[in-house]
Amino acid sequence: MQWLRKIARGLAAPALLLVIWQGVCEAGWVTPQALPSPYAVGLKWMEYLLPGQAYDPASQSWLMWVLSGELLRDAGGSLWRVIIGFLVGFVLALPLGLLMGANARLREFANPLIQVLRPIPPIAYIPLAILWFGLGNPPAIFLIALGAFFPVLMNTIAGVSQVDSIYLRAARNLGASHSRIFMSVILPAAMPFILSGVRIGIGTSFLVVIVAEMIAVNNGLGYRILEAREYFWTDKIIAGMLSIGLIGLAIDLAMDRLNRHLLRWHRGM
Amino acid sequence: MKPALEFQSVAQSFTTHNSHIQVLASIDLTIQEGEFVCLLGPSGCGKSTLLNAAAGFVSPTQGKVKFRGNLVTGPSPERGMVFQEYALFPWMSVEDNVAFGLEARGESKDVIQPRVAALLAKLRLTEFATRWPRDLSGGMRQRVAIARVLALDPPCLLMDEPFGALDALTRRSLQDELLQLWSELGKTVLFVTHSIEEAILLADRIVVMTHRPGKVKKDCLVALPRPRDPSDPAFNALKQEMGQLVMAEQHAFENAERLSFTAD
Ligand SMILES: Nc1ncnc2c1ncn2[C@@H]1O[C@H](COP(=O)(O)OP(=O)(O)OP(=O)(O)O)[C@@H](O)[C@H]1O
Ligand SMILES: [Mg+2]
Repeated sequence: MQWLRKIARGLAAPALLLVIWQGVCEAGWVTPQALPSPYAVGLKWMEYLLPGQAYDPASQSWLMWVLSGELLRDAGGSLWRVIIGFLVGFVLALPLGLLMGANARLREFANPLIQVLRPIPPIAYIPLAILWFGLGNPPAIFLIALGAFFPVLMNTIAGVSQVDSIYLRAARNLGASHSRIFMSVILPAAMPFILSGVRIGIGTSFLVVIVAEMIAVNNGLGYRILEAREYFWTDKIIAGMLSIGLIGLAIDLAMDRLNRHLLRWHRGM
Repeated sequence: MKPALEFQSVAQSFTTHNSHIQVLASIDLTIQEGEFVCLLGPSGCGKSTLLNAAAGFVSPTQGKVKFRGNLVTGPSPERGMVFQEYALFPWMSVEDNVAFGLEARGESKDVIQPRVAALLAKLRLTEFATRWPRDLSGGMRQRVAIARVLALDPPCLLMDEPFGALDALTRRSLQDELLQLWSELGKTVLFVTHSIEEAILLADRIVVMTHRPGKVKKDCLVALPRPRDPSDPAFNALKQEMGQLVMAEQHAFENAERLSFTAD
């Protein structure tokens, strides 16, 4: 019952917004062109979500048919790009961050370069990405990976370099080898920082994927809302935006669960 | 008697970018096998530095540290360190902390499990085996840290103000437990403390250090029979005597500080 009440409380503000929105539309203060009513958006959303063709057992399985709606294919495409792009950025940033965090000399060497590159928003790489990779998925993945790279790198460096030396001394005193110290002491001690980098990195990836899809590819949620604008389908734009919001929320909740699990030893978790 | 830990003209200085300080000046000290030695001295006189040299975390700028005749060149589980801040790994359960050294040594599960269970039982921690360190009180955490070094059965324990952060009652019971373990296991112990009473309660021998640069000011045997009783007049007489020594050193230290301030 506790969680029911919690959900009800969480839905209060969105519900209020919907009521005001519906009211504004019904009062005729805005044209449906500028802002369609929530009801119209809901209808469009259903249409966007449901399969376009009637079910035909001969050509595809029932599950494939259920998932064949445009929204689900778009969401799947965006999510796939976020995952691949994030993984590329993460796999490059984590070892580099661990190395730089552990080695002060390397850190000092690379720091000026990182400080110059880091403030450049991933979006600013779009022209270069298109020149290098053309159109399609490669530039999109490149941009997303870039968006994930710096948050993971910076936080991993910070996490590793702030590991309390007393843990290292205790581990050495107990006879741990370098590799054991790394795996059993440095990595878990840096984990809170690394995970917060991962969280920021996924957030950035999700932001970048929408922009990348508006420019480089012809599917995905970002592409779809831009396409809808060309036809003045405001209801579809809003339905797409709300889908983006809900997926972002789902990713964040999943990350929160992962955090809680991995950092269950941590104070205040 | 066989020497366990030997400091031979050990000197230590640190150079930071804007200063050079001589922390230890020529320490000569031999600790016998099985002996319980307490190190007393004013704050900042280099007690932790000396202990770190014995643990092998730093090598002294001059002189040698030897353990059982061999030059100390780095940390080793044969000289188990217990820190004032416990230094338990917060991401490991109590039993994983205690098992850490055995795992590092490459022991099999069949060896580790019974050994860890026995140590947890000995230190009255069995019911906390699967808890995180953050769930434990200070006294329990320090017992875990002691179990963690004892797991590797070190011949020598180095303890840096291990009970300094505990309340008086917890401290008393841990002192008793430590003495119990010591008489049972026959370890060599080098124990740093600020408390004169603690030193007299625990030690076979008390070494008083001078203020910086640290030297051995006085090295005396504690002749009181065990178990010792702090309300015993002989205990109190010794406490008075040591107190005066340490106070004199503390005053010298404060005067030196004042001088260095006026010099600035
Ligand atoms: N790695 C280091 N670099 C520079 N100075 C250091 C270093 N380690 C210790 N010192 C200095 O050496 C002096 C002695 O430190 P140490 O920790 O050994 O004193 P202590 O006797 O243990 O003091 P306390 O009783 O407060 O623990 C201090 O002034 C400290 O600032
Ligand atoms: Mg100290």
